Amino acid sequence: MTMQNDAYNFAYLDEQTKRMIRRAILKGLAIPGYQVPFASREMPMPYGWGTGGVQVSAAVLTPEDTFKVIDQGADDTTNAVSIRTFFERTAGVATTTTTRNATVIQTRHRIPEEPLTEGQILVYQVPIPEPLRFLEPRESETRKMHSLEEYGLMHVKLYEDIARHGHIATSYAYPVKVEGRYVMDPSPIPKFDNPKLGNMAAIQLFGAGREQRIYALPPYTQVVSLDFEDHPFVASKADHPCGMCGAEDSYLDEVIIDDAGGRMFVCSDTDYCEGRQTAGHKGKDAA
Amino acid sequence: MIDLNNVSKTFTLHNQGSAVIEVLNDVSLSVAAGECVALTGASGAGKSTLMRMIYGNYMAQAGEIRIGDVDLVQAEPREIIAVRREVLGYVSQFLRVVPRVQTLDVVAEPMRAVGVSADAAQARAQALLSQLNIPERLWTLSPTTFSGGEQQRVNIARGFAHAYPAMLLDEPTASLDATNREVVLTLIEEAKARGAAIIGIFHDEAARARVCDREIDVSRFTPGMAA
Amino acid sequence: MTPLLSVQGITKRYGHHIGCADVSFDLYPGEVMGIVGESGSGKSTLLNCLAGHMTPDAGQVVFDTRADGPRDTVTMSEPARRMLGRTDWAFVHQNARDGLRMGVSAGGNVGERLMAVGARNYGDIRAQATDWLGRVEIDATRVDDRPTTFSGGMQQRLQIARNLVTGPRLVFMDEPTGGLDVSVQARLLDLLRGLVRDMGLSAIIVTHDLAVVRLLADRLMVMKSGHVVEAGLTDQVLDDPQHAYSQLLVSSVLQV
Repeated sequence: MTMQNDAYNFAYLDEQTKRMIRRAILKGLAIPGYQVPFASREMPMPYGWGTGGVQVSAAVLTPEDTFKVIDQGADDTTNAVSIRTFFERTAGVATTTTTRNATVIQTRHRIPEEPLTEGQILVYQVPIPEPLRFLEPRESETRKMHSLEEYGLMHVKLYEDIARHGHIATSYAYPVKVEGRYVMDPSPIPKFDNPKLGNMAAIQLFGAGREQRIYALPPYTQVVSLDFEDHPFVASKADHPCGMCGAEDSYLDEVIIDDAGGRMFVCSDTDYCEGRQTAGHKGKDAA
Repeated sequence: MIDLNNVSKTFTLHNQGSAVIEVLNDVSLSVAAGECVALTGASGAGKSTLMRMIYGNYMAQAGEIRIGDVDLVQAEPREIIAVRREVLGYVSQFLRVVPRVQTLDVVAEPMRAVGVSADAAQARAQALLSQLNIPERLWTLSPTTFSGGEQQRVNIARGFAHAYPAMLLDEPTASLDATNREVVLTLIEEAKARGAAIIGIFHDEAARARVCDREIDVSRFTPGMAA
Repeated sequence: MTPLLSVQGITKRYGHHIGCADVSFDLYPGEVMGIVGESGSGKSTLLNCLAGHMTPDAGQVVFDTRADGPRDTVTMSEPARRMLGRTDWAFVHQNARDGLRMGVSAGGNVGERLMAVGARNYGDIRAQATDWLGRVEIDATRVDDRPTTFSGGMQQRLQIARNLVTGPRLVFMDEPTGGLDVSVQARLLDLLRGLVRDMGLSAIIVTHDLAVVRLLADRLMVMKSGHVVEAGLTDQVLDDPQHAYSQLLVSSVLQV
């Protein structure tokens, strides 16, 4: 059953809200990496469950779209299922778990392994959009730092990492610089995914509901991960092949399989892993 | 080298009923290079006040105080500081130093300030301290803990470290034993010989007679004291 | 010689109350000037106007910039002024907590200004930070400790290192020895004196402690009720004060 009715707007949001969010998205696309404030609405789910991403998705969805939701790469987690169902009911759009068939993909904490193409939109759920928040809690001051391009503090965070751990230990939400201008938090994706942010064919939109910020990367934007000359950025992953499909190039989850310390590594991107298995690839733990 | 023309000094005590005390009136004197002049006069005649004025420490109400070509009465603070650094030395009766600084550095500092290399300044400081019989084991300690006589000698070493063209000496031989008194008098004679203009206060009459070319009785500039 | 800082007619009012009124002076390279006066005399207001933390109602603060020569910092763009604040200027707060990042290691605190002006080599940044810790007499083994584990005197020395690492030419200090034990004060003053001399720094020091200015300052300005009542060579103002208020101030100091 869908809750569509011609008397109502398409895709849950009222007309004024949708316009307001679309304006914020357009502004974000015009100034890549810049955090655009927007009047985030109450959504029928708690903060932290993707209210920012849901509002952005609702604002860009059209009736012809095919929608996919992933949470940590998986289509079948509670969060992904509930958001997918939400839009099936409120927008009546087609949904899919296949990356290449989707036109809008809402994601929490991952970028799909399969390269995205022109015409696709990737919507990120963002908990804390401000990369400078870690060291400078004053919002008035961080805004000024962005506007004046005072980003020394970002490197202080990386310096602290190396001083404490001997290497840059930040492994997710790794800060990037966009088109040589704005420093941006890529949401808590693993730094393994950072190289995919740059020069991507798809549009990338970032929505932070509680923090009321939207930012964006238009297609083919230059994105550089911050680092030091003598401690360069490395996109790391667990040094194993996937236990199910044998892939050596994908980001892996570590799964504990018994109470005797047994564990296996599997692709976090379920669609990617299933696609490979269907094509006949087999890992060492595959049944 | 040191020229005073019609210099007057009053103290106005604003917080004691605005009492105005005239201390010195119409002082004119001149000291040439290579000359040593003693200021004399009874206690309270204003010898120390005059010395302090010539150093720029006390302000003159009228007249001019020329050290070389700088009039201290009109000069900016930085000009006075430059004169003190390069031209005008002052050996006071009391040593005033930053705690913690070792004696060698206290003595070397005036030379470092005029650009003498660290090594050369250290060497000269060592020579002066030896000459003034400060035991070598004290050189690396701060002089704040020294005896009065030792402090006085460190003060003299510091005052004579740089070859100032003009010098003010306030009781340089007080509280010194015969040996060290002799060393100080030699230092004064050497300074004169290289052309320094010197003004001093000496209660030690023998010393005054030995190094001073003439005396100026300050009482004659003191209102109410002139005979 | 061009003054490093030329201040003309700085005035700041808080409603009808005067913060500071019509203050003018020139500060030359290498000069250290003290500003003394009781609480509420306007000395901190003046310092904040000079350092760009507060916008004066009237007057100019002309700084001799490296690139463009004398420029009025009151009317200069905010980015340019903030850039000065990270490079040629330094500000030492009375409370070290206001001038340090308490959640960041000592090395990170000192390195921040370097990274802010583009240093991107971790090894170099760390080496410079360690060198500066040594210059302010903090053991190199503390480089990765947070300032929360430091004593008050060490925090203040760390703040100084953090400020001086980029080789500024002008340092503003607001009661740099306030709140420290007397023995710690002496050590800090000696350190500051050495740094000022060795680096040829110009400095403006606001304090109510006359012993501090006697030791550090070449020149002195005495303020009362927002006005400068007397200015001159430090030892002259202290030993032969001319104005009624300066005389009161000097005679009020307890002798030990």
